Amino acid sequence: MSRQSPDPAPGRRSFLTEALAIACGGLATLTPVAAGVWAFLDPLRRKGGAASFLPVTELAAVPDDGVPRQFAVIAERADAWTGFAAEPIGAVYLRRGKGSDTVEALSATCPHAGCFVEMEPTGRCFRCPCHNSTFTLEGGIVAPSPSPRPMDGLECRVAKNGSVEVKWERFRAGVAEKIVQ
Amino acid sequence: MKSSSAAAAGSRKGPLGRLADFLDDRTGYRAVMHEALYERVPGGARWRYVWGSTLVFAFMTQLITGLFLWASYSASAQTAWESVYYIQHEMAGGWLLRGIHHFMAQAMVVLLALHLLQVVIDGAYRAPREVNFWLGLVLMMLVLGMALTGYLLPWDQKGYWATIVATNLAGIVPVFGPSIQQLVIGGTEYGHHTLTRFFALHAGFLPGALILMLVVHLSLFRKHGLHAKQPITKPDAMFWPDQVLKDAVAMLAVMAVVLGVILVPALKAMLAGEPVHAGHLGAELGAPADPSLPYAAARPEWYFLFLFQFLKVFEGWGATGEFLGAIVVPGLIMGVMFLMPILGNWKLGHRFNVAFTLGVIAGAGLLTALALNEDYYALWVDKAPLAEAQKLYDETGGDEAKLTAALGGDKAKLAAIEKQWETLEKIRRSQAFLDAAKQAKLDAARAIELAGRPEKIPPAGMLELVRADAKLQGPRLFAQHCASCHAHVDPQAPAAAAILAKSSAANLFEFGRASWMRGLLDPAQVAGPAYFGNTAHKDGDMVSFVQGDLADADQWKKDDIEAVIVAMAGEAGLAAPGVQPAMLEKGRALVADGERCGGCHKVGDNGTALGSAPDLTGWGSREWLVGIITDPTHERFYGDSNDRMPSFGKAAEGAAPMLSPQQIGLLADWLRGEWYRP
Repeated sequence: MSRQSPDPAPGRRSFLTEALAIACGGLATLTPVAAGVWAFLDPLRRKGGAASFLPVTELAAVPDDGVPRQFAVIAERADAWTGFAAEPIGAVYLRRGKGSDTVEALSATCPHAGCFVEMEPTGRCFRCPCHNSTFTLEGGIVAPSPSPRPMDGLECRVAKNGSVEVKWERFRAGVAEKIVQ
Repeated sequence: MKSSSAAAAGSRKGPLGRLADFLDDRTGYRAVMHEALYERVPGGARWRYVWGSTLVFAFMTQLITGLFLWASYSASAQTAWESVYYIQHEMAGGWLLRGIHHFMAQAMVVLLALHLLQVVIDGAYRAPREVNFWLGLVLMMLVLGMALTGYLLPWDQKGYWATIVATNLAGIVPVFGPSIQQLVIGGTEYGHHTLTRFFALHAGFLPGALILMLVVHLSLFRKHGLHAKQPITKPDAMFWPDQVLKDAVAMLAVMAVVLGVILVPALKAMLAGEPVHAGHLGAELGAPADPSLPYAAARPEWYFLFLFQFLKVFEGWGATGEFLGAIVVPGLIMGVMFLMPILGNWKLGHRFNVAFTLGVIAGAGLLTALALNEDYYALWVDKAPLAEAQKLYDETGGDEAKLTAALGGDKAKLAAIEKQWETLEKIRRSQAFLDAAKQAKLDAARAIELAGRPEKIPPAGMLELVRADAKLQGPRLFAQHCASCHAHVDPQAPAAAAILAKSSAANLFEFGRASWMRGLLDPAQVAGPAYFGNTAHKDGDMVSFVQGDLADADQWKKDDIEAVIVAMAGEAGLAAPGVQPAMLEKGRALVADGERCGGCHKVGDNGTALGSAPDLTGWGSREWLVGIITDPTHERFYGDSNDRMPSFGKAAEGAAPMLSPQQIGLLADWLRGEWYRP
């Protein structure tokens, strides 16, 4: 077998062949990658629903002793293809001063990293079980606290029929400003 | 030595060159690249060598698209169809991703056949490449296994029923069959674990095994070098760039064909002026799997159609036939293929191998053509010459003795007609398939329409929504429970007369609407087949009232009758929009009037007792329809004079009624034309 050794063929023809080979192969391979990335980025197109006032409870159910009480927020919910009927989607703390007709609402989501803030058993303050962020009953920071901002207040109104409605919003965690997510 | 020369050269290089040197020093990538790219191709680059590379490319495409699909797929009986729906119809670019995956799988089967054919024809399986040929056959089976398991994953009717057949065939393997089947489907019932197992096979076990085998296959290929097709006329060349260019062009061509298949239906729709939607683009998604719904359009994917047809050869042999057709014969064929490298040592053996492979491919092609011909026969056969045979068939009901009598003993004609009857039977079977396929498309389109409602899919899954849809379930329930007596046909339709003649109860088309009531109150129609003509009420009081009183212009003015018609549609809640309230009021008064309709019929509190005629309060409303379907013998409806209609919702103590309250509600909604419209 004395076949001649392959010619490395430098020059224009070889460059053209190489460029074409890379172009064709690249185009063929990038097509499925592009389709995949396109679909993978789909979640970026999706926006959270506009915040709306959700009925949480009756005014009479919030004792006027200045102590916050936890209430479930109930709403219909959509998750990708599934539509859920009304069910608990989160929780808020409601607080009413003595003889007051207005209610203050605090989100139970910790502004630090999104854990569920609990009331201390003593009832004197809020504490987040994840990193011990501590807040006053009004939601203010008790130093030293990992949380960069106080607990997030939510807009709250009492309808004519006595229904307490909370504007359900989520805020970006871990930053000092309160930014709607 | 190499690194020192590279370092020496580095001083003259730019930062990129130096980075390359740095990397090469630490990884030796240049040698690897050199090894990979500078493979000697004896006789130079050729198109016939591209098939292996296109297969690797197709597999890489499946790997990439498969991983991205995985990021959105959910394998359970309540979420598989739903997540695939979401990918196909709601996610940006989902249709393209799924389309590429779906059609590249089919391209892969074609490329497999071409690669195998090329290897066998070129004798590339001969020593020392036997082991690599066997690896190739194992790879082929792994690819077919991935095709089979992937077909189920959308959990639509098509995949579900095809999988039932495939797994039942696995179950007929002697001794271990039932256990294999139970293991594959994850229990005795098809459900969550069938999907999780098929998914694990499809996306884990099989591709994992395939990658391992492929690595060995490719390294053996490099070890032995490319098997050149003799005679070699041109000088040798290197794999890079000449053969790589040919491979790359072939890959691009494969991708172009796949994209073409995805986009052509959309282009067609665009040219026809129809709106293009995700249903046009890429892979089809059938209606969600429903074990309770017959699916006559069940067929395997086209590349398994030959096996499906092959099994028909053994029809009538029972389980033995299926064992032979699905396991023994394919097993023997695979066995012969495994022996090919050994047989190929003889010149005659090689010729046998080529002839055998071509024969198997031709046989599979022929079987596929036969299967397609059986299914689509009714589309291309000329039915005109069969008109007489069809007429004779209709007259004799297909009875041979009657046919002999009808032909007066003309034996030649008898034989000819019987032959034509066979053709007619083929047409009927084909038509049944085509109808089922058409229905399957409609069901799928409706399911997709329902899934797109703003309320989305309930947590229990799409099947719940499909089963609660009057538009889908109404016609089925009606055909099953009502159509043996009642017609449901537009009286203006060409076939209406024949259908009405066969019916033995009222035509319920547009029941509750003014058009239906207008026919009932028409003296020419009330005793006809669309109303009471074929019932015990043919000579009843209502017929004599319509033909007597109503027909008498002194008693009933045309306007009054029209007012009654409008008022009745109003009772049903189906009055045409824009009806004048005055007209409605007038009609109501006439209906309630004790001297007119109210003489026999109770309407609201007009004082007429129940029992003499059906209560017209809320006539045709959902509640009224549910009531009469549940129990027409109730005194509110026909009481003792009920004519043959069963009480569908009533059952003896402890027994289940013929129809559940939900089913009766669906029938009522469908008759009233009430269902979700986007």
